[in-house]
Amino acid sequence: MNNRLINWFKFASPQSFYPLAGRLWPWFAALAAIFCLAGLWLGFFVAPTDAQQGEGYRIIFVHVAASWMSMFIYCVIAFWAAIGIVFNTRLSGMMTSALAPTGALFAFLSLWTGALWGKPMWGAWWVWDARLTSELILFFLYLGFIALTAAIDDPRRADRAGAILALVGVVNIPVIYFSVKWWNTLHQGASVSLTRAPSMAQTMLWGMLLMALAFWMYAIAIALYRVRVIILERERHTTWVADLPEIKA
Amino acid sequence: MSALWAVIRRDLLLAMRRKSEVLTALFFFAIVSSLFPLGIGPEPDMLRKIAPGVLWVGALLAAMLSLNRLFAADHQDGTLEQMALSPTPLALLVSSKVLAHWLVSGLPLVLLAPVLGLQFDLSPRSLAVLMISLLLGTPLLSLIGAIGAALTLGIRGGGVLLSLLVLPLYVPALIFGAGAVEADISGLGAGGHLSLLAALTVLAGFFAPWAATAALRIALE
Amino acid sequence: MNWNSPAEFFAMGGYALYVWGSFGVTALCMIVEPLLARKRRCDAVNSLRREIAANKEDQ
Repeated sequence: MNNRLINWFKFASPQSFYPLAGRLWPWFAALAAIFCLAGLWLGFFVAPTDAQQGEGYRIIFVHVAASWMSMFIYCVIAFWAAIGIVFNTRLSGMMTSALAPTGALFAFLSLWTGALWGKPMWGAWWVWDARLTSELILFFLYLGFIALTAAIDDPRRADRAGAILALVGVVNIPVIYFSVKWWNTLHQGASVSLTRAPSMAQTMLWGMLLMALAFWMYAIAIALYRVRVIILERERHTTWVADLPEIKA
Repeated sequence: MSALWAVIRRDLLLAMRRKSEVLTALFFFAIVSSLFPLGIGPEPDMLRKIAPGVLWVGALLAAMLSLNRLFAADHQDGTLEQMALSPTPLALLVSSKVLAHWLVSGLPLVLLAPVLGLQFDLSPRSLAVLMISLLLGTPLLSLIGAIGAALTLGIRGGGVLLSLLVLPLYVPALIFGAGAVEADISGLGAGGHLSLLAALTVLAGFFAPWAATAALRIALE
Repeated sequence: MNWNSPAEFFAMGGYALYVWGSFGVTALCMIVEPLLARKRRCDAVNSLRREIAANKEDQ
C-alpha cells in the first residue's frame, strides 16, 4: 500500500510526468481516432432514421457527447484543483490549466450543435431550455476560469486562485442547474420535452457512447500534450529541461 | 467579538466619509431601472411583467459596482496583512467586512427598491415581496461577490474580470429573487422562492467567507 | 444500410445544413485545437533552444 502511494507521488513531479505524458498521449489520440471512426460509422450507417426527427437527429451523436464531456471536464478540473490545494503539488495546477481550454471548447460545441439541432426541431436557434441555459452558464464559468488564470502573472498564484474558483464553481453548478430548472418549469412557454420515445434504438445509444468515448480519449490526449508544453514553459530554467533531447538537438 | 465589531464600525465609518461611493451605486440602480420603461414603453401591463426582472438585475449590477473596493483599500495600505496576522481568525474578520459591505451597499438598495417599484405599477403587496426578496438576496450577492473580489485582488483589469467571475454565480439569486416577485404578481405565492433564497444565503454565509479567506491568503503571499 | 447513393448521404434527408454544420464545426475545432497546441509547443521549444544557445555564447 505504502509502496503504491510512493509510486503515484513520483509522477506528481513534472520531471517524471513529462516523459510519461509523452509516451501516453499518442495512444490516447489513436484510441480517439478509432472510437471516433466506429462511432461515426454506427451513427451514420447503422443507426436507423428517426421516425419523428428524420435524419436531423444524427446531431445528437456530437451534441450529447460534447455536453457530457464539458460537464465531466469541469469536474476533473475541480478534482485536480482539490488535489492541488490539499497536497500542494505543482502538477495539478498545470493539469487544470491544460484541461480548461478543451472543456470550454466542448461547452462551445455543445451550444453550437444544440442550436443547429434546435432550429429544425423546435423552430428556433435558441430556446431557454433548462439544459441549454445551464450549459451556457457552464461556458461562462469556463471563460471566467481561463480569464482569471490568464490575468495572474505568477503561475503558482494563478493555479491556486484558479483552484479556488473551480471548487466554488463545482459547488455552484448543481445549484445553478436546479434553479434554472425551477425557473424553466415556472415559465411554461419555452419548455421543450427532450425525452425521446422509449424505443430509442440500441444502436443510437451505442453510437452516442462511442462518440463520448472518442471525445474523452481526445480530451485526455490533448490535455497530456498541452500539459507537456506547460511543463516546458514553466520549468524552463531547470537543468532537466535543458538536458531534454528535443531541446538539445 | 470586539474585533469583529471594530472592523464593522471602521468600514462603516470609512464609507460615511466617502458618501459618493454609496450614492453612486444607488443612483446607478435608480437610473438603470428608469431607463427600461423609456426603452420598452409605458404600458402598465408590460411594466408589471418586466418589473421583477428589471429591478433585480438593476440591484444585482449596482451591488456589483462596489465589490471592487471591498478589499482593495485595505490591501493597499497593508491593513489586510495586519488582519491576517491578528489572533482573530481571518475568516471571521472577512465575514464582518462582508457584513459591513452589505450594510453600505445592499441595505440601501433594499430601501430604495419599493420607490422604484412604484414606477412599474407594482401593488403594495408585491412591493413588500420585492423588499423581502432583496433583503434575503442581497447578502448572498455580497457573500459570493467577496470571493470574486478576493480572487481578483491586485490584478490588472480586475474590475471587468470580477464581473465575469461573479455574474454566472449570481444566477440562482436572480432566479429565486425575481421569481418570488413574479410568483406573487401571478398569485402563486412567493413562499417557496423566498425560503430557497434564504437557504442559499445561509449556506453561502457559512462557506463563502471561508473561500474568500483562502483567496485572500493567496493574494497576500 | 441507410443510404442508396452518396448524394442522398450528403443531403441528410433535407437536414444537410444542420447535420454537416454540427459535425463540420466539431471536426474543425478538433483539428484546429491540436494545431494550436503544436504551435505553442514549437514556440516553447524554440525559445528554450535560443536561450540555451545564448547562454553558451556568454560562457
